[in-house]
Amino acid sequence: MEALKISPGFEKVMPQEYLELVEDGPYGRGLGVKDLGTFKELIEVHPLCAGCALGLSIRLILASLPNPENTVIVGTTGCNAILMPQVAIHNIHCLFGNQSAVATGLKRALRLRYPNTHKDVVVMAGDGGVVDIGLAPTMHSWFRREQFTTIMLDNEGYSNTGGQESGMTRQGVVVNMAPLGKKFPKVPLHEVAKVAGCAYVATATPARARRLGQMVRRAILVAREIGPAYVQIFCPCSTNYKFPPAESLKRAKETEITEYMVPEAKEWIERIEKGPKAEEVSNEA
Amino acid sequence: MPERRVVSPEYMLFDAPREKKYLIGNEAVAEAAKRANVDMAIVYPITPQSEATHIIGDMYAQGYIRDYYRGEDEFNVMSAVAGAAMGGVRVFTATSGPGTLRAFEMFPVWAGHRLPIVCAFMTRGVNSPLSIQPDNIEIGWLADTGMLIFHAEDPQDFFDMTLQAYIIAEQPEVHLPVGVCVDGFFVTHTREIVELTPEDEMLPPYDPSVSPVVAMDMETVPVRHMKDPFVMKSNYISYNTHASWQQEVRAAAERARKHIYKYMGGPIEVTHPDAEIMFMTSGTAAAQARVAMERMRAEGIDVGLVKIKVIRPFPEKEIAELAEVPGIIIVPEHNITGWLAREIRSRVNNNSKIYSGPRVFGGMTMPPEVIVKETKKLLQAGVAV
Ligand SMILES: Cc1ncc(C[n+]2csc(CCOP(=O)(O)OP(=O)(O)O)c2C)c(N)n1
Ligand code: SF4
Repeated sequence: MEALKISPGFEKVMPQEYLELVEDGPYGRGLGVKDLGTFKELIEVHPLCAGCALGLSIRLILASLPNPENTVIVGTTGCNAILMPQVAIHNIHCLFGNQSAVATGLKRALRLRYPNTHKDVVVMAGDGGVVDIGLAPTMHSWFRREQFTTIMLDNEGYSNTGGQESGMTRQGVVVNMAPLGKKFPKVPLHEVAKVAGCAYVATATPARARRLGQMVRRAILVAREIGPAYVQIFCPCSTNYKFPPAESLKRAKETEITEYMVPEAKEWIERIEKGPKAEEVSNEA
Repeated sequence: MPERRVVSPEYMLFDAPREKKYLIGNEAVAEAAKRANVDMAIVYPITPQSEATHIIGDMYAQGYIRDYYRGEDEFNVMSAVAGAAMGGVRVFTATSGPGTLRAFEMFPVWAGHRLPIVCAFMTRGVNSPLSIQPDNIEIGWLADTGMLIFHAEDPQDFFDMTLQAYIIAEQPEVHLPVGVCVDGFFVTHTREIVELTPEDEMLPPYDPSVSPVVAMDMETVPVRHMKDPFVMKSNYISYNTHASWQQEVRAAAERARKHIYKYMGGPIEVTHPDAEIMFMTSGTAAAQARVAMERMRAEGIDVGLVKIKVIRPFPEKEIAELAEVPGIIIVPEHNITGWLAREIRSRVNNNSKIYSGPRVFGGMTMPPEVIVKETKKLLQAGVAV
């Protein structure tokens, strides 16, 4: 949080929205989705399409970070990468598909440098980035039990490059590069995650904002203490699936919300959530 | 592990006592990583590199290196060392031939993100057909990634250049990745006397606060990148931002030159600068050319040698000046493309005097007799001297 403070004398030249972040940002305050509208958010505006469910999901994720002042996000190429540079938190765009490898190195480096603080590393990537081009590093980070959270923003296709088929597209759907309809089913990555070593796995939707927030928060807390966490968020894309933007949330509801924890994770989450200050989890390691 | 003490880079390179050991190149580079106070090594097996990173694994087990793991493939290893360097620690990795190509998308990222990663390239042939044999074709491809590229001749060079690489890479005005290349097998698997600095002395730890791109740790300002990001925007400001950033990466490599003089004694080593016939070469070809030079001088033929230690930033001024004197410049290389001859040709006034060859590849050795024979053939053919 020291990093955010303005050197004396510079208050007048700093942009207004930066001043607001310092004065009223979420750092160190234990805020959550329920507090939206009462504080300065980590993202002010973004350039994604009107009604973009992915943009909304990112907004909710950012509001759910248990300790934004000690969180670093690793994104990847895709619609998320257009928004991320505007987020007031350290974040990395490296290449398309290598986010979990970058996060592995980063998390281990931060553990070496800050052994007494939980520096949360959160991977946030599109479905193509996770399940296709980045599947190897994603799965290997789970096999190795790397302690960070992977969030897939699942818009069921490659949106940023103009709506091509991805592994998460549903069977039969006609999109670019699947001119006869996709020939194999949506990859059940949330099931794969369980056998690959994740201690926490959830499927969520921005249409259930508080539940999404709870899941993201639980995932990050489990990743700190127990093992890898995976959250898959359904974010329908109006631009490429060609439906009116106003329908995004209605469509986003059409997905199953699921939550899985290994017993140690469940115990740990119960301990935190039943504790006296559920909203103020210490991030001392 | 003995109790270790931090010493200055200048002391380690210039004043520390040296002990003679009989080492292969893979052992020498691992000894350098130990003394370089590396925080983390991430590795993947490939011949002829693997032995070096096995030894570094043992060093991790002994406590010299703080974190170490085998990654899933070279692309992800190079991505993971990038993540670690972005997180503010000193990293080491190594690869060879096919591994270099598998990882290639990452090298311009290292340079573009100004990460002072040191990677050893124990070069080997690339497929197809499958080869594990010595061949340094990959150095020519690495040369335009934005990294600094050094080319070591023997295990001693490999040890020294790896230490020099960390010291130069981490200069605040440079802050770029360095590839320390050697010809696989010829250096990695050849045992020679190497003079090592004391085992209990190490370089000062890396200070991420000197990085021109802030460490991704939420401890360093600014925590917010920009309000109106230029990524993927189609306007002059975005193009110009990207263009000037690329120029700055190249400018940082230019600024490495003075540090190359200070810590490496310069990018080249010259024997008989006034000779009529000049061998200009790098890596183990320089060792073979030295023997060829001595044999020919014993016969009264006026031959000299320029060993090029630094491929990037290329010593263009030095080479252009040296190229004025001889009547013919011969560039022996361990690859089919002749990338070094191309580099030299593009930098000298009269490039018709540059002869690319002998070139051996696919695992072929380069006996000094071959260099002598090729040179004499050129002389007999009446090439201007
Ligand atoms: C190596 C490489 N291959 C392909 C691309 C092109 N590319 C950029 S973004 C993208 C699609 C991203 O899709 P997804 O990960 O599903 O994210 P979305 O845009 O849908 O949010 C592709 C194919 C690239 N940038 N790099
Ligand atoms: S293309 Fe789709 S996912 Fe991308 S910003 Fe637009 S609506 Fe969102």
